[in-house]
Amino acid sequence: MAGLSFEQGSGGGASANKAFKAQLNKVYTWYTGGFLTFILVLAVLEQMGLPRNWIGFIFLIATVALYAGIGIMSRTTDAAEYYVAGRRVPAIYNGMATGADWMSAASFIGMAGTLYLTGFGGLAFILGWTGGYCLVALFLAPYLRKFGQFTIPDFLGARYEGNLPRFLGIVAAILCSFTYVVAQIYGVGVITARLSGLAFEIGIFVGLGGILVCSFLGGMRAVTWTQVAQYIILIIAYMVPVVWLSVKQTSVPIPQAIYGYQLEKVTASEKRLREDPKEKEVIAAFKAKADEFDAKLKDIPAALAADKDAATKKLASLKEANAPVAEVQAAEKALAAVPANEADAKKAWTAAKTANAARAVPLGGMPSHAQVFAGDPNGDEKAQKAFDVSRRNFLALVFCLMVGTAALPHILMRYYTTPSVKEARESVFWSLFFIFLLYFTAPALAVLVKYEVFNVLVGTPFDQLPRWITSWQRVDPTLLSVIDINKDGIFQLGEMKIGGDIIVLATPEIGGLPYVVSGMVAAGGLAAALSTADGLLLTIANALSHDLYYKMIDPNAPTARRVMISKMLLLVVALAAAAVAAQKPADILFLVSAAFSFAAAAFFPALVLGVFWKRANKWGASLGMIAGLGTTFYYMVTTQPWLRGVFGVTSPVQLWWDIQPISAGLFGVPMGFLVILVVSLLTPAPSKETQELVEHVRYPDLRLGKA
Amino acid sequence: MQMQLSERHHQYWRANLRITSVLLAIWFLVTFGIGFFARDLNFTFFGWPFSFWVAAQGALIVYVVIIWYYARHMNRLDQEHGVAEEE
Repeated sequence: MAGLSFEQGSGGGASANKAFKAQLNKVYTWYTGGFLTFILVLAVLEQMGLPRNWIGFIFLIATVALYAGIGIMSRTTDAAEYYVAGRRVPAIYNGMATGADWMSAASFIGMAGTLYLTGFGGLAFILGWTGGYCLVALFLAPYLRKFGQFTIPDFLGARYEGNLPRFLGIVAAILCSFTYVVAQIYGVGVITARLSGLAFEIGIFVGLGGILVCSFLGGMRAVTWTQVAQYIILIIAYMVPVVWLSVKQTSVPIPQAIYGYQLEKVTASEKRLREDPKEKEVIAAFKAKADEFDAKLKDIPAALAADKDAATKKLASLKEANAPVAEVQAAEKALAAVPANEADAKKAWTAAKTANAARAVPLGGMPSHAQVFAGDPNGDEKAQKAFDVSRRNFLALVFCLMVGTAALPHILMRYYTTPSVKEARESVFWSLFFIFLLYFTAPALAVLVKYEVFNVLVGTPFDQLPRWITSWQRVDPTLLSVIDINKDGIFQLGEMKIGGDIIVLATPEIGGLPYVVSGMVAAGGLAAALSTADGLLLTIANALSHDLYYKMIDPNAPTARRVMISKMLLLVVALAAAAVAAQKPADILFLVSAAFSFAAAAFFPALVLGVFWKRANKWGASLGMIAGLGTTFYYMVTTQPWLRGVFGVTSPVQLWWDIQPISAGLFGVPMGFLVILVVSLLTPAPSKETQELVEHVRYPDLRLGKA
Repeated sequence: MQMQLSERHHQYWRANLRITSVLLAIWFLVTFGIGFFARDLNFTFFGWPFSFWVAAQGALIVYVVIIWYYARHMNRLDQEHGVAEEE
């Protein structure tokens, strides 16, 4: 049984490692086969008439039960097993687990949608979230593995001689991981609600059950083997619809190789649609609406009185004429919808004006997909500036995402679990390889969906629109809404408003695949969100139990109590995160990206200099972490609208070199490096033991005297 | 314990720094070099504008190769300088 396969015979060593790996290969091959069979059986059942919501339920129950099952089979109270999976996860499996740990709901569900909406600009995420692994490989993974403790604050505490750097590490780790985990649990709630039709809040707690059984019982060991299982599901789920779309459009089953030509066609369609008279009609209609609200805003009291008057009169006349009940109710609703006072009217009308003005642009506001940066370097002054700012922000975002990737504790922690330094290096390769498979495909998915929308959907009569449009519109009108604003009965691109988050989930339906594939894609999204949440919760709980409690408060605590406390904390943190996620916090996507800037500024300089510069000392690292984090935090709080609201900042927004708040780490990271350099040189060098620790970390095996 | 590194150790560390900086330079060029001149590198490449292709695929391939090469190179370096772990 699979449970036995996660045990390893005593003794260890190379031959035991090899046997263990062979056993894993066998288990996961069977598992993949089982998953495919499961899909096929469901597909057959669907053809025989199994209702759709049943399929959703079966996917939800089966996958969550599977993850919980692996958790139960891998339960442990041993510290090394609980914190680092016994340090015997083979490179390739650690790579798969890291891939699942890394790819969150944002990668799986959100990224292709972002690419669909922003074209080239969205590629900053593709570059940033893969290129960061070069930094992990070159600067961190092998050295952290050689150091060989349990957490990232562990390294800071040992290398920088004391509890202050360790404590700062704990604070920064919790800050990044908590914002990130809230977003995952939110994603779990959304997908569970879609799959099963349960309420969002209940969805959160069902998903949470799956996460908790797994990490609660088995810690890193259970999380690792679950993440491998989740990776397999999510990659199959991502590939199937894209390959299908590719075959449908080009009859070539390798979308990644062929979508360049589809992109050419999309670019041609964009040109056609920009000039299309019907599209221009739509733009004019939205413009007229925006102008209407603008006129109302100029004299609010009069407009409000007129609106009330008109609505009252209409209702009265309908009632008088004994109109059908539905019409009367509609008129009553319209009357109730008139803003109650001037303040409300101003707010509602300003919003309506902005929303309509935003849609009165070509291509529904999307830039040309293949256009590199906004503006024009050879245009007038304004176009030149737009180009310059767009390019600068693209590169800044890539930088922050890369450095942030190389500093997220839940990812770095995974490299403690390999059997050796050699395997840690290889494991980074496997990690990026498995992540690459999905990130290589996401831009193809975006282009293929766009081709489908531009060439199949646009021009369809409204009464013949495919079923997925109406069904998604019913699920959430903020994610997808279509309106025939120029009343010609034909669908124009400008008449659709689509949210990035449904592109991937709707792809199977866009491609005309059976519903079972939609269920599988949703299950893949769930796997992505759950696996990341597992890793993050474990990071937070370990930072608190291992670093704060065991290392700083009670160093004599027995192992069993440490693990027990970690499990308790895991429960508390998970419930707290679920409570926050249930509030549906605004700007969740911003918070996720902010986590990258925070991690980059707090950890990267201290970790890298800790290995590569022996002279870096306690005071340099502590102040450097504070300065990096502080700079990033300050810039975000003073420039990001939502944070400005939270902290009550009212001074005018002052951007530095026009850099957007999302890339605040661009200032925090150099600040961190600078402060560590200067302060370390001004204060005494670290002790001899610490310098020897650095030497120890630099060589996989020093073998002094033998070399 | 008195820690005395041999010349071989120093050679190993210097070789490590050398390969690290070379690979880092390649990483930097592919990411920020091509990124900076992306608008100028807009010629058609199998349907894609070249810089679009680099950001969507080319750079990713280079990243994977960088990490693969580093792992292979360092594992050999460990052997040559006698600092490899005991199997």
